[in-house]
Amino acid sequence: MKDFFKRFSRNRGALIGLFILVVVILVAVFAPLLYPDSPWKMVQRPFLAPFSVDGFPLGTDTLGRDVAAGLAHGARVSLIVGLVSTLVALLIGVPLGALAGFYGGLVDDGAMRFTEFFQTIPNFALAIVLVAIMEPTLPTITLAIAIVSWPPVARLVRAEVLSLRRREFVDAARLAGLSNMRILFGHILPNAMSPIIVMASLMVATAILLESSLSFLGLGDPNIMSWGYMIGAARTVIRNAWWLSFIPGVAILMTVLALNLIGEGLNDALNPRLARKGR
Amino acid sequence: MDSVLSIRDLAISLPPGADRDYAVQNIEFDLTPGEILCVVGESGSGKSMTANALMGLLPDLVHVTRGEAFFEGRDVLALPDAERRKLRGDRIGMIFQEPMSALNPLMRIGDQIAETYEAHGRYTPSERRERALDLIREVGLPEPEKIIRAYPFQLSGGQRQRAMIAMALAMDPAVLIADEPTTALDVTTQAQILDLIKSLQERHGMAVMFITHDFGVVAEIADQVIVMRYGEIVEQGGAAQVLENPQHDYTKALLAAVPSDVVPSGQETSEQHVLEVRDLRKTYKTRGGLFKATREVRAIDGVSFTVGKGEVLGIVGESGSGKSTVGRSIVRLVEADSGQILLDGEDMNALSTEELRSARRRVQMIFQDPYASLNPRKKILSAISEGPITMGTPVAEAHARARDLLETVGLDASAADRYPHEFSGGQRQRIGIARALAMDPDLIIADEAVSALDVSIQAQVLELLRDLQQRLHLSLLFITHDLRVAAQLCDRIAVMQHGKLVEIGSVAEVFLSPKQDYTRNLLAAVPGTEWGGAA
Repeated sequence: MKDFFKRFSRNRGALIGLFILVVVILVAVFAPLLYPDSPWKMVQRPFLAPFSVDGFPLGTDTLGRDVAAGLAHGARVSLIVGLVSTLVALLIGVPLGALAGFYGGLVDDGAMRFTEFFQTIPNFALAIVLVAIMEPTLPTITLAIAIVSWPPVARLVRAEVLSLRRREFVDAARLAGLSNMRILFGHILPNAMSPIIVMASLMVATAILLESSLSFLGLGDPNIMSWGYMIGAARTVIRNAWWLSFIPGVAILMTVLALNLIGEGLNDALNPRLARKGR
Repeated sequence: MDSVLSIRDLAISLPPGADRDYAVQNIEFDLTPGEILCVVGESGSGKSMTANALMGLLPDLVHVTRGEAFFEGRDVLALPDAERRKLRGDRIGMIFQEPMSALNPLMRIGDQIAETYEAHGRYTPSERRERALDLIREVGLPEPEKIIRAYPFQLSGGQRQRAMIAMALAMDPAVLIADEPTTALDVTTQAQILDLIKSLQERHGMAVMFITHDFGVVAEIADQVIVMRYGEIVEQGGAAQVLENPQHDYTKALLAAVPSDVVPSGQETSEQHVLEVRDLRKTYKTRGGLFKATREVRAIDGVSFTVGKGEVLGIVGESGSGKSTVGRSIVRLVEADSGQILLDGEDMNALSTEELRSARRRVQMIFQDPYASLNPRKKILSAISEGPITMGTPVAEAHARARDLLETVGLDASAADRYPHEFSGGQRQRIGIARALAMDPDLIIADEAVSALDVSIQAQVLELLRDLQQRLHLSLLFITHDLRVAAQLCDRIAVMQHGKLVEIGSVAEVFLSPKQDYTRNLLAAVPGTEWGGAA
């Protein structure tokens, strides 16, 4: 464990990423305390530029709503959607990939054709369709994102399991009379954790982007303030109030960048043998 | 004679955090034309590092910190990269251990040889082809016209190594560096390659630096010997002198650890059989594609034998002879097509999956690779006690027994609370043995259990197996490619070839008066036969 942190902190980018993410998490957690009022509430004249009026450091939007409050509350949505949808995607992808890799043959064929079925449909198009069919609420959006993002997980886990199941310790476990399920979940999957964790951290980033894109198109939950919605709502006035799109855009960029940096750091720390040269 | 390559005070540093500061230090030796210098040492002794430093093939973070290597009047280590590249493959040739990975799988053999000429800007393309053909002929590959158009995967291991040698010889180098070139090969192939290297060396008057861990090979071809340990030379001298009259304690220990040819008289085999295998068969079919015919490989072709109670039966054979498949089909890690595997009269091959799970206890295995056979994420305690607990032993009892067993195999009981990566290869193999014993099996199958170990560790593990076998009266099926090792431990020996059992008999019978030609060839091919091990 100590080794892990040592290797992780050797990657400076990962530390910066971690710092940014911690700030975003703190803002999300304390948003109701910082801005107890609803972010939808009109509080000032519209189109206030940042730093022009005390108390509104990021200005107000087209309807006079506080941009800073929107940003803080939007962070909650982004993080929740990112984390929960990734968890759900792992819950679908890991068992499916593990079974496919472990049993091979018909099970593998079946599971992989099913996976390919999802992979052949463009992610974003499928997500839009799913949200459009279901009512756009936070849970349905999360579910839609999870449904479009599990296939790579299944393929990764399958590949890992395929190589691990030929190892001698798996034979040894079999000779000890363990059941298939115990071999798979007790011996094989724990050894496949590292790449799964790395992939999950990158998936959170992708999920945040997907959610933002959906709400940019107006397919987000209409009752919840989110970064994508803020950009979408401000796009018509981008020529006279550019900061209204710019500020939430930067927030998305920073969060996604932070997650990617962390993912890279995790990769260095968890797969030391693959660590790039000259580090 | 003047030396062609002389190395003075060479030191190579390792990156910080390695288990020692220097990969090698204080290395001094001379290579003389027309001589074979064998560099012997166990894994981690720094023998390959020395060769890699000469060729400029050191891994990142590993640097030469001191010393010179004079080759034809110039210090190779001080040369700029471009100059060095000209030397490589031209004046200094190199052969690697694993010919499959050293050859480019997508390039025809002829092109790979011709590429060496191309890299050094010699000859026209058609001349290159002619030369490549000559070389292929010289290294004794059959049908040169066909070989030149073949891809590496179409050749056997020995043929690939010959192709590698042809590449190394292309520019008629003054020095040939061979890094464990026969380790990955079967004994009979190994003998042929050793002959080839020796005859080429004589014909071309090259100096050969031959890196190996096997004293048998040393006895076979060496003129000069260097023994290395922990990155330093511990002994250096003529082959006869080092082998017959070693000075350093480490050399003596190494030589003593070499399994000797002295055949111990096996015990009388008991009448009571613990295992009886009847007409076992297994055929692997590779599904043919649209344009490929279905291929069938008979891995086991009607094999029958018995193992008595308290007996050690050795199965020897070259790679692909089906010996491991026999072992694995007895425990049903491989499903045999037909035949009976009778354990005390119960046919393992006829058990259903559920019955099999509880019958698993009765036959246990010790695996080859000590690094792959333990789950890196489980503590030793759980690795050993997991089986018994699954079989219904109370947890506390299983844990206590696991600790006892660790002491039985010569480890500390506290080892139970550690993870596999904290142990060396030999220690891991001991853990593997403890794991097999924990199930109280009727029969233990050791599949190449000591093949991956250094010779001194190998001797210790063999000693442990012999001791345990006698003390606990174990029945053991010992699968190995190494005849010397088999002779040390086994009561009876079965020789396999192409999936068939060609000969079976007591150790003395098989070794001293083999009936089959194949067995005789196998015995004759063991390197250092005339030397006869450390007397």
